Amino acid sequence: MTVTTREATDVHSLLLRITGDEKHAPSAHSTLDVLWVLYDRILRIGPETVEAPDRDRFLLSKGHGPAAYYAVLAAKGFFPPSWLDDVGGPHSRLGHHPDRVLVPGVEIGTGSLGHGLGLAVGVALGLRAQGYSNTRTFVLLGDAELDEGSNHEAIAYAAAVGLPFTAIVIDNRSATHGWPGGIAARFIGWTASIVDGRDHDELAHALSRRDRERPHVVVAAVARKGD
Amino acid sequence: MRDTFVTSATALLADDPRTAMVLADISAAAFEPARRRHPDRVINVGIREQLMVGVAGGLALTGMRPFLHSYAPFLVDRAYEQIKLDLGHQDVGAVLVSVGGSYDGSAEGYTHQSPGDVQLLDTLDGWTVHVPGHPDEVPALLRAAAGHDDRVYVRLSEQHNNRAYPIEPALTVVRRGTDGAPVVLAVGPMLDPVLAAAADMDVTVAVTTTPRPLDAAGLRSLVGRDVVMVEPYLAGTSSARVSAALAGLPHRALHLGVGRAEQRAYGTPADHARLHGLDPAGLRRSISGFLSGVI
Repeated sequence: MTVTTREATDVHSLLLRITGDEKHAPSAHSTLDVLWVLYDRILRIGPETVEAPDRDRFLLSKGHGPAAYYAVLAAKGFFPPSWLDDVGGPHSRLGHHPDRVLVPGVEIGTGSLGHGLGLAVGVALGLRAQGYSNTRTFVLLGDAELDEGSNHEAIAYAAAVGLPFTAIVIDNRSATHGWPGGIAARFIGWTASIVDGRDHDELAHALSRRDRERPHVVVAAVARKGD
Repeated sequence: MRDTFVTSATALLADDPRTAMVLADISAAAFEPARRRHPDRVINVGIREQLMVGVAGGLALTGMRPFLHSYAPFLVDRAYEQIKLDLGHQDVGAVLVSVGGSYDGSAEGYTHQSPGDVQLLDTLDGWTVHVPGHPDEVPALLRAAAGHDDRVYVRLSEQHNNRAYPIEPALTVVRRGTDGAPVVLAVGPMLDPVLAAAADMDVTVAVTTTPRPLDAAGLRSLVGRDVVMVEPYLAGTSSARVSAALAGLPHRALHLGVGRAEQRAYGTPADHARLHGLDPAGLRRSISGFLSGVI
C-alpha cells in the first residue's frame, strides 16, 4: 500500500470526503484539533510503527463521531484517503465507530462509552511491566462519556497508584446534567491542564506535560455541542 | 480449589514474565507474596470489577497474558460488557478464574451466586470453559491456559469429586453400560453425585472438565438414543450444544442443572444441591423417571 503524508490543511478536505457519519457530525469535529496535535506533534507513532511494541499509544475511548480521527489517520498515511469515501458502507473498514481489527493505527475498538479509560490503565500498566518506560499512553474521552461509572473506577485507581498516563477530555458541555465545579475536579489526585481545545500550541504544551508518578488530565474546552 | 489456584498461579507468575494477575480485592491477601515479588504484574484494582476486566484487556493489548479472579457473580455477571468488549471485541484473550460457582455461597445468598455464568459466556464467541472436578486438575488447566492468547474461563468450586480425572478436551468415559445404554454426561464436580445416583442403573457415565467447546464428536459416538446432561450451572445451558452434536440422530435428551428460580434459602451447598435436585437422590429420581418414560 502506498500512501502519501498530507499536510494539516488537507485534513479538512479529507474530513469532507467522509459522508457516512452525519449522525455524529458535531462531536466529530470537536476532536479534530486535539487529534491533529497528537498525531502531528506528540505521538511517536506512524504507519511504519503500528505494530512496534514500544510505540506510543493513543486510545479513542469516545468512539462516536470518528470522522476527524479517520481524517487525521488518513492524512498521516495510516490508510489510503480513498477509504474515507465509503464510511459505514458494507465493504468499508471504517464504521461509525472504529474497529481496531479493521483499521491500521486504531488501538481499540470503541463505541459503547466508558471502556477506553480502563483499557488505557491496563495498557499503561502492561507497558510499564515490560519496561517500556519511555512509551506514553493517551486516551480521549468526551465530557458526556464521564457519566459512565466505569470511568470513575479508573480515575480513582490511577490516582491511587500514581500511574503515569494522560487522559484527554473533550469538553463540549454535552453531558445532560453537566459537571458543576468543572471536569478537572473529578480527577482527584491527577495533575490537570485546562486548555482551549482549538489552540494547537496550548494543546501541545498540555499534552507534553509529563509527571512520572501521577496521571495527567487535559480538559480541552470547545464550543458547546449544537452551538 | 482456590488454594491450589493461588499456588499454581503464583508459580506461573514466577516462571512466565508474560503472565499477570488482576484482582479486585478477592483473594488479594493470598496473592500478597506474589505481589511483593512481581509488583508490576500482580495488580489489585480494589473493588472495581469493570476496571479489573478493562485492565486485563489493556494488558493483553500490550502482549501480556492476564489472569483475572473473583467470585463468579462479580467476575462474569457484573462485568459482562467488559468481557464482551474489552476482551472479545478487541480480539484479545485472558484467563478468567472464578470461585463460588452456582451456590458455594449458599449461606451468603443470591448476590454471591452465579448459576448463569457459563450461559452468559455462551452468548460470546471463542471461550473455552473449564470446570475442574478436583483440585488436582487445576494446575494443568492453568499452565495450559498461560501458554496461548485465547479466552479461557476456569470455574472453580468447593464442590469436588473424590478423585481427579485426566484433563483432556475429549470427554472421559468413567463407567460403561451395556451396548446402546443411555449416556449420562456429568460436568466437573457433578460426576460423584451422578455415579452415586446411577450406581445400579445400566447407563454409561462420562465426565468432562471442558464443556466448551463441548466434545461433540465424542458425545455423538457415545450416544445410542438417550442422553442425560448434568451440569453444575443453569439447567439446559448445554442443550443447544448437545442438540447440535446429535443433529440428525434420533435421540432423547434430559438436561439437569441448577434451576432458574431463586431459592431465597440459605443453608449449605448440600442443601442447595437438594433444592435443585442435584443431590444423588434428586438425580436418581430425574434420571430414572426420564429413562422409564415418566418424564
